[in-house]
Amino acid sequence: MRSVVPYADPSPSLLRYRFERLWLKPSVRQIVRLWLPLGVVTLVVLATFNNMTIREIVRLKSAQLYEIAAARPELQVTHVVFPEVSDDLQQQILTVSRLELPVSSLELDVVALKQAVESLDAVETAQIRVLGGGILEILTVERDPVVVWRDGNVLRLVDNEGHRVADIARRSARGDLPLIVGVGAETQVAEAINLVRVASSISGRVRGLVRVGDRRWDLVLDRGQTIMLPEYGAISALRRVIGLHLAEDLLNRDVKVVDMRNGERPVLRLTDQAISELRRLRTEVRGEDA
Amino acid sequence: MTPSLFEMQREMRTRREAAVRRGVVAILDIGSSKVACLVLQFAPNVNAEPSISDTVTVPAMGAFRVVGVGTTRSRGVRFGEIAVMDETERAIRTAVQRAQKMAGLRVDDVIVSFSGGRPRSYGLSGEINVENGEVTERDIGYAMAACEVPPYGENRQPISAMPVSFTLDHQPGLSDPRGQIGNKLAVDMHMLTVNDTVVQNLLQCMKRCDLELAGLSISSFASGLSSLVENEQELGAACIDMGAGSTGISVFIKKQLIYADAVRLGGDHITNDIRQGLQVDTTVAERIKTLHGGVVATGVDDREMIEVPNPMAQWEDERRHVSRSELIGVMRPRVEEILEEVRERLDASGFEYLPSQQIVLTGGSSQIQGIDELATRILGRRCRIGKPIRVMGLPQAATGAGFAAAVGLALHASYPQDECWDFEMPADRIGTRKVRRAMRWFRNNW
Repeated sequence: MRSVVPYADPSPSLLRYRFERLWLKPSVRQIVRLWLPLGVVTLVVLATFNNMTIREIVRLKSAQLYEIAAARPELQVTHVVFPEVSDDLQQQILTVSRLELPVSSLELDVVALKQAVESLDAVETAQIRVLGGGILEILTVERDPVVVWRDGNVLRLVDNEGHRVADIARRSARGDLPLIVGVGAETQVAEAINLVRVASSISGRVRGLVRVGDRRWDLVLDRGQTIMLPEYGAISALRRVIGLHLAEDLLNRDVKVVDMRNGERPVLRLTDQAISELRRLRTEVRGEDA
Repeated sequence: MTPSLFEMQREMRTRREAAVRRGVVAILDIGSSKVACLVLQFAPNVNAEPSISDTVTVPAMGAFRVVGVGTTRSRGVRFGEIAVMDETERAIRTAVQRAQKMAGLRVDDVIVSFSGGRPRSYGLSGEINVENGEVTERDIGYAMAACEVPPYGENRQPISAMPVSFTLDHQPGLSDPRGQIGNKLAVDMHMLTVNDTVVQNLLQCMKRCDLELAGLSISSFASGLSSLVENEQELGAACIDMGAGSTGISVFIKKQLIYADAVRLGGDHITNDIRQGLQVDTTVAERIKTLHGGVVATGVDDREMIEVPNPMAQWEDERRHVSRSELIGVMRPRVEEILEEVRERLDASGFEYLPSQQIVLTGGSSQIQGIDELATRILGRRCRIGKPIRVMGLPQAATGAGFAAAVGLALHASYPQDECWDFEMPADRIGTRKVRRAMRWFRNNW
């Protein structure tokens, strides 16, 4: 007889049918495929790190790993090189940076080192980099002293911007640099340099520049002579004086002060001896009856 | 005409429009031998190609694409009606699931066609006076509401009511009178009713499959849409959709359905005859029918022997053979009977008065060899076998005559014709409910 085995039913069960239809919804699919795994992972991570002992273990392990990595000879810094740095400054930099070689380049705080080096007065900017082969290179741009500034009783070397470079014990140590004195003198170094350059023809006689009232300059010469310069237009005023000197030999005469503060009315102040001599000559000229 | 009857149709229409706007609609052809499901994807910018100038309108047929096809053997469907709800539901689920899987899309709205339900056609006509001289959509609605509806019976449901042609002041044959000037507007309407229980069963079945019904149509109409070429639809033609459980007839003129009917005979009956005549299993009979079947015998067929497997055979030598002409002798009377029934229905429909009387055979059973010759002889007119027109994305396996209804339904979904319920109905006819509500309001306030 014919077998009565029922044929296989190709139709999906209602549950399966509904599930497949649900699965075809894009939103459902996205939730299951993306947000559900993300949420589970986040939950697991949060639950794990809520446990203090686990956190401690992880911290210790990571620290150990870090140490092992830092101790690798490939990462050690063994030498420091200073291209184009004077010995004196090298010593200063070594003192300031407090490097204990060899040190791992992972533990080297390059930013702090750079700040420390740049905190030195003699250093304008510094570049620090770790080269291959365990070499630490410190490149510096040194400050160039242009004037000697007497600050109270201390003599200081000052660069173009008025920044201190170093102290010196005696003026004669840097006799080649002009001397500036006075309150606020270090802030106008550039102008002072210009004035000194203008006065180069009498450079042998210049003793220094005095800042008066943090406002204007006095050019002090030897033999107690002073050229008082105005607040504005000091350079042209000095040029006039120099011109007068070259033409009339002004500064070699018995002049104490050349007052150029008012450009329209320059004033000469003579020495006492010169005044009495002048008076004597005038009476002589005026007549016998004097 | 009681428009409250059309509540379901209106609801289906809004759902269909929403689904087309969303872009995904499923087509479900519930036949007696197979359930086919097509998933259509509507692309809003298929036509908006910049290369074509604006003046050229690309036909809207290309506006959708078939992205999923699922076919399964139908179970629990007899004569195109649901006989066993549970089995049918499973078959539908299988087909829908396969189509969804192929498409990778979830479908919620389905447009369903079925072949049973004893469709009956009615020609209605109504006449009104045009209100403002110019015919507006409102006037059309009024004209259709003025149609005198015959008593179609308690348990019948109208599933299609389409205006066929309009007459404006003795100017007949207008397809769209809107905007024209006239006094009297008359409309000829075609209404199709089916058994209410069939429709209710379908609704219930869709509900059990978690699907929403977005349209309902009978399969002979859908087959006609896909198998008749434009000329035939315009000049008059009949489409004979030969299914497994029933044979549907639809007559078209001016691209409108004017008659639809169904003969409750089909390919299953032929198989049944073979089963009885040759004493074999139903599956074997079906196989013999599809492989060797035919209706016109020639001399060669006497010599062509078909091996008939015998389930009772004790050993291998015990074999039976029948000649092909014997098989044809079994099949032919049944096919003749079906075609004679069709001829009766066609004669009743007044098909002979149409200007052109092309007959197109389609559906699964139309693939029997020689059936066009036999049909020509019986129906007395030239017949051809019609395959559905090609639509975008339809796989080769689903382009046969058996898929005519599904493809036609897809075309119908993308290019729906105006149904009577698409027009605004006069307020005094939208049921007595509103009037009653107004009356109650009056009584409560004065």
